[in-house]
Amino acid sequence: MLKFIGKRFLWMIVTLWVIITVTFILMRFAPGSPLDIDDVGMSDQARENMMAHYNLDQPVILQYLNYLKNAITFDFGPSMVTRSREVSDMLASGFPASLQLGLVTLILAVISGIILGVLAALRHNKLIDYMTMFIAIIGISIPNFIQAMLFIQYISSQFDFFPTAQWGTWRHAILPALALASGPIAIIARMTRSNMLEVLTEDYIKTAKAKGLSNFQIVVKHALRNALLPVITILGVLVASIFTGSFVVERIFAIPGVGQYFVESITNRDYPMIMATTIIYSTIFIIMMFIVDVVYGIVDPRIQLHKKEE
Amino acid sequence: MTEATTKELLLEVDDLHVSFPTKRGEVQAVRGVSFSLYKGETLAIVGESGCGKSVTAQSLMRLVSTPPKSGSIRYKGEELTTKTEKQMQKLRGLEMGMIFQDPMTSLNPVITVGEQIREGLLRHQKMSKDEATKEAIEMLRLVGIADPDKRMKQYPHQFSGGMRQRLMIAMALVCKPDILIADEPTTALDVTIQAQIIELFQEIQRKTGVAIIIITHDLGVVAQIADRICVMYAGKIAETGTSYEVFKEHRHPYTEGILKSVPRMDGNRDVPLIPVPGTPPNLMNPPVGCPFYMRCDYAMKVCKEVAPPRTDCNESHYVHCWLQDERAPSIKQLHS
Repeated sequence: MLKFIGKRFLWMIVTLWVIITVTFILMRFAPGSPLDIDDVGMSDQARENMMAHYNLDQPVILQYLNYLKNAITFDFGPSMVTRSREVSDMLASGFPASLQLGLVTLILAVISGIILGVLAALRHNKLIDYMTMFIAIIGISIPNFIQAMLFIQYISSQFDFFPTAQWGTWRHAILPALALASGPIAIIARMTRSNMLEVLTEDYIKTAKAKGLSNFQIVVKHALRNALLPVITILGVLVASIFTGSFVVERIFAIPGVGQYFVESITNRDYPMIMATTIIYSTIFIIMMFIVDVVYGIVDPRIQLHKKEE
Repeated sequence: MTEATTKELLLEVDDLHVSFPTKRGEVQAVRGVSFSLYKGETLAIVGESGCGKSVTAQSLMRLVSTPPKSGSIRYKGEELTTKTEKQMQKLRGLEMGMIFQDPMTSLNPVITVGEQIREGLLRHQKMSKDEATKEAIEMLRLVGIADPDKRMKQYPHQFSGGMRQRLMIAMALVCKPDILIADEPTTALDVTIQAQIIELFQEIQRKTGVAIIIITHDLGVVAQIADRICVMYAGKIAETGTSYEVFKEHRHPYTEGILKSVPRMDGNRDVPLIPVPGTPPNLMNPPVGCPFYMRCDYAMKVCKEVAPPRTDCNESHYVHCWLQDERAPSIKQLHS
């Protein structure tokens, strides 16, 4: 097991390196430069000074090595736009809010998705099934930023219970989390439902029934565990989509998260900020994938993470 | 294997009907099956695919999606057809255990075999987890699994097909039920493993005195293990009798047909095997008369029009066939 984790860890670093490199190349070869946005006329001398200040006058390969060093130490220097602040400080101040929103969304999506999916499967072709699947289709087909605006318009403005344009208590997180979670809920619910329907016809369910187990034991212990295997697989991807999806929703709900920096950094060509956010999100994604693999190995004993040592 | 000495009636099935609604109509899978099971004996239900033998077996524990349409199933005098699902759950596993055809798919792949064996105990008996584990280990030893302590913690995919069927038997017997229903327990296994499993059944019956209902189309298995045999055809019982009566003194042309189509190791090898021609009737729209008349060499006019009544040959042997009627011509060919 340790050997497996070590091996995967090395691969994670390689993956991260590839991502950093590709991002670097893309940013450098895209037209424009961070200093272009300064539409107040800048003298050539000033421009050169600025270039030197940000090391942009160096050969690309040196800049690249410099970036790698920054990435390893996670010290990207000051932002090119908000020049008075360090990139790492800005991200550190926004990260808690984003993380909180992401986690609330994830928990909401997983729990309600699975419950809805199981209910729909158990009441197959009955009213609950149709209702759940109808809600799922709505959740999956309306983009989360539209849902976010609808929530503000029809829920937040009617009920004081759901404040908007603020951040602080758990009540602030409900509506944005709901907007973010509805897509993942729909995906998880549909997947759980179809897997449950399949698993419930398996022979081992009949065996469990023949043992005299209660319906609850059969569904939760024998069926659900098998039905959730494919759901775990998509969970890693869903987490990534929740975190990236939060950029827009964070803006709509004015949540002081990392998302705003990410969106602005690209239009502003804020190289240090782009690199930092890319690394953060790729790391989250890669770690999620790793967790999914480990969990998969725990839930399904047929999958061996490591060669049998005998 | 004790017969007639201690005949304690365990299970009595009377005129059982089971049907399934489908898009094209109602399939009458079981159409009036009656039999009884005594303590400690082995009853074999034989018949070709689709004759309703599996549905009959699963209906005994009410494991089929539709409850019996009519008829009765009495277990130790208690009527099972009117029991609620909750009441049936208390009975399943505790009073009757069941083994299915394919041991590869009948075990849950993500739960350890130890847990799968002991969960029945935990459900039915007031027992601590440790006691249940001990009992489960004992059970594994009984069904001939070596190193049971270590095996308890393993998963089904770490066992071979024959071993898994042993696990299934352990699972079905762990609460010491009075009846073990085995639905084609050897069909999915290869021949050498089949023989081992059949021997295991006999050994377990000797040790525990459990009554076995074995559903099969393998007459070799039947000859080896059964005390009494029910021959089923198209959802009905064609002939019932002791093993000797069915193999040697059968009266029904269908019984004769299936016996003639089986190769024998000890018989004359020059005698050709004679298959039963044709196919069984469609149970969506079963014939009014004898269901076998289309394939029967001795079919008479009455066979097509009226279902044959039950003719008792002796107290253990009866047949549903018009040939047994006193007005029918005598047939010499049977049990030649």
